[in-house]
Order: sequence, then structure tokens, then C-alpha cells
Amino acid sequence: MSVATIPSTGTKASWTRLVLTHLKKDLRIEWRSREAINSMLFFSLLVVVLFSMAFDPSADTSREIAGGVLCVATLFASVSALNQAWAREMRHQVLDALRMTPSNGAALFLAKVLANFFFVSLVQVVLGPIFFIMYNLHPLGDAWLLALVIPLGTWALVANGTFFAALSIRSRNRELLLPLILFPIFLPALLAMVLSTKTILTGDDSDPTLLWIKLLGGYDIIFTTVSLLLFDTVLQAE
Amino acid sequence: MLFAVTRHYLMKKLFSVIGIAAVIALMAWAFYQAMYVAPAEATMGDVARIFYYHVPHGMLCYLFFSINFVASVLVLAWRRTNPARALAADAWALAGAEVGVVFCSVVLITGPLWGRPVWGIWWTWDARLTTTLVLWLIYVSYLLARRFTAGAEMQTLAAVLSVFGALDMPINYLANRLWRTQHPSPVFGGDPDAGLKDPRMLAAFGWNVLAWAVWGLTVLAIRIYIQRRQQRIDGAEALAALAGD
Repeated sequence: MSVATIPSTGTKASWTRLVLTHLKKDLRIEWRSREAINSMLFFSLLVVVLFSMAFDPSADTSREIAGGVLCVATLFASVSALNQAWAREMRHQVLDALRMTPSNGAALFLAKVLANFFFVSLVQVVLGPIFFIMYNLHPLGDAWLLALVIPLGTWALVANGTFFAALSIRSRNRELLLPLILFPIFLPALLAMVLSTKTILTGDDSDPTLLWIKLLGGYDIIFTTVSLLLFDTVLQAE
Repeated sequence: MLFAVTRHYLMKKLFSVIGIAAVIALMAWAFYQAMYVAPAEATMGDVARIFYYHVPHGMLCYLFFSINFVASVLVLAWRRTNPARALAADAWALAGAEVGVVFCSVVLITGPLWGRPVWGIWWTWDARLTTTLVLWLIYVSYLLARRFTAGAEMQTLAAVLSVFGALDMPINYLANRLWRTQHPSPVFGGDPDAGLKDPRMLAAFGWNVLAWAVWGLTVLAIRIYIQRRQQRIDGAEALAALAGD
């Protein structure tokens, strides 16, 4: 079943090649349709506008809530895309075909996570400047730390989201089940992401930003490892 | 033959009645200890007696979530080699999660009941409270996920989900050790000046842990028994459907 059983000397290279092949396929499909990125972008833009209408933020409050709004906007936007990520493989029994190939589930999973990570990051890169303008943001803390916090948080979201999307794909109401499972498990990462963004934007040193970033990094490592280990089980569940 | 079966049935009934009566008696004794024997707390007064329910339930909800975790790992280990045993383990996992959620709910209800008179607020987003709520949400979503899917596939997926739930348990346990929280520091294994000084308080606490543990395990056993019967009915129905084809 696994790659290791293939009599070849370059086991590690073939694993990387598997990831790259899957990744290239996902990127190509997205490039041709642009379904996921466009819908995510528009959706998160809507959330940002909705929040600014709902709260009418002044400069001070916007610093307080901006991190949370950005995180929640990406969270909601990603869920629809993550649902699509595997639903796309259901057409023409592609998922069954993937289960029968002598590839390993972890490689497939990693490629999917990388592709989704790329899509969500792209959305954030476009959304970020708009967001800064609309909320009149002017970070008072170390803004460069955002370059650490946002990718780490996004990775946590995408790794868990891709895993649980695969888990919920075979259930009834799968569109509903994904957020039901994903949100509670993602909560610690969301908390760390929102609090560290808030401290960076407000420049308030009372809350240790680095502790939250470390926590986020630890969360990423633990949950990604567990997902990689368990993905074959989910893929082959019958 | 019929007599033997009836006698066996009656004996079983008798033992269950005695068992349940013993559990109720134990719980009544623990209640008496907590409410009448243990002295009132020096600063908080009688409201601190809620502690005899809050803390044991908190400790025991870890026990039941751990049962869920161990059973889930066994489901994953046995699902290919020994499906019959995996099915039994799945009944344990389900019962563990359900009883655990009940205990965790009691923790989340008794906490605010104490917090309102002592802190002046029902709820605060501090590390211990937040992680406990997250723990509860994860296991509720586990139970929901089980209802959304059916069959052997569901057992595997639920077992995988349970592993993620178990990852939150150490975070929850360590929350008021890692961070300075508004939640009181640990009663056991915390600061040297924390803990129960009065032996009558300690006794009341011990009795309550024992009584609620026995109660929880009884409910767990009954729940497993019902689930096993349900599995047998489902199996028989599936076989009948196959034979009917």
C-alpha cells in the first residue's frame, strides 16, 4: 500500500514527487476555474464590510477588533472552499481512484493542504491592504510579527479544515458538518491568532505576543502531525 | 428449563435493583457529608459547598473522555483484524463521550453558579473556562458527527475525531497552571498553601468523588449495555434484509 513497498531506492524522492503531482493538479484545476479564490475573496470582503457596518469602528476600537474580524472573515470564507476541495474529487469517482493508487494518504493530504494554504494566503494578500484602508489601521506594535502570525494561523485553519472536510465528505449534510467539527477544534488556534494580532495592532505589551505565537506554532506542529498520521485511516474508512 | 430462565432473569433483576439502591445510598451519604458534616468555608461561606460537586465532576469528566479516547484507539486498532471487538469498543467510546458530556455540562453549570456570588459575574473568558467550554463543544460535535453518518465508516471517522478531542484535554488540565487565571488555582498538586485543610472537608470531597464516579460508571455500564443490544438488533436487521433479497 505505502510507498515504502515499491522496490525503489529513492523512496523519499517519490514521496515528494507524489506531493508535487497532486499539488500541480490542484493548482491547475483552480487556475482554470478560479472558483475557490474568487468566491472566497468576495465572501471575505462582504464579511469585512458587514462588520464595519455593524460596529462603526473608530481608530481605537478598530485596532481592538480588526484581528478578530480578519480571522473570522477568512475562517468563514475558507469553509466553503474547503468543502469544495474534496467534493471536486467525488465527481467521476476520482476519490475512489486515488484510494486505489499505490500512493500514500499523507502525501495526498499534504498536497491538498499546500494548495488550500496557497489559495487562502492569496486571498489574504489581496484582502489585507483593503482591510487596512477600510479600518484606518495603523499598527502600534511590531507589525513584522504579523508575517509570522497570519501564516501560522492560516496553516492551522487549512490543515484542520482539509482533514475534517475529508472526514465529513461521506456524511449526510456534509456542508453543515464541516463547520460543526472544525470550529471547536480550531478555537484554541483562533484565540491565539486573534490575541496576538490584537497585541501587535494596539502595541499593548501587557499580553505576551510571543507566548501566543509559540502556542500557535505548537498547535500547528501537533495537529498537522496527527492529521498526517491519521489521514490514511480517514481516506480508507469504509 | 423455563423455571431456570425465569430464575436467572429474577436474579439479574435483583442484583440490578440492589446495585442501583447501593449507588443511590452512596450518593445520599456523600450529599449528607457535603451539606451537613463539612464546615462552611471561612471567607465564602455556604456557597463554597458547590465545590464538592464542581471539582469531582471536573475530575471525572477527564475519566470518561479518557475512556472514549482509549476505546477509540482500540476501534482503530481492531477495525480490520477483529471487527466484533471493534464494535464493542465503539459502544464504550460512545458511552464514554455521552457520560463525559453530562459531567462536563455539570462543571459548566456549577461554575457560573459559584462565580456569580463570589466573582460578581457569571462568566469570564479566562483560560480555564474557555478551554473547558472548548472541550465540551468538541465532544458535542463528536456526538453530532456520529449522528450524521452511519455504519462501520462512522465508527472509524468518530474514532479519528476522538483523537483530536483528546488533544484538548492536556491543554484544559494545564490551563490554570500555565496561565495566571481568574479561576482558582489547582486544589491538588498546586501551591503548597492551596488545598483542603480541614479533614472533614477532605472526607466530604472524597465521598463525593467516589459517589459520582460510581454513579457515572453505572450509567456508563447501562449505556454500553443498551448500545450493544442496539448493535445486535441492527446486525440482525441487516442479515434479515440480506436473506430477504
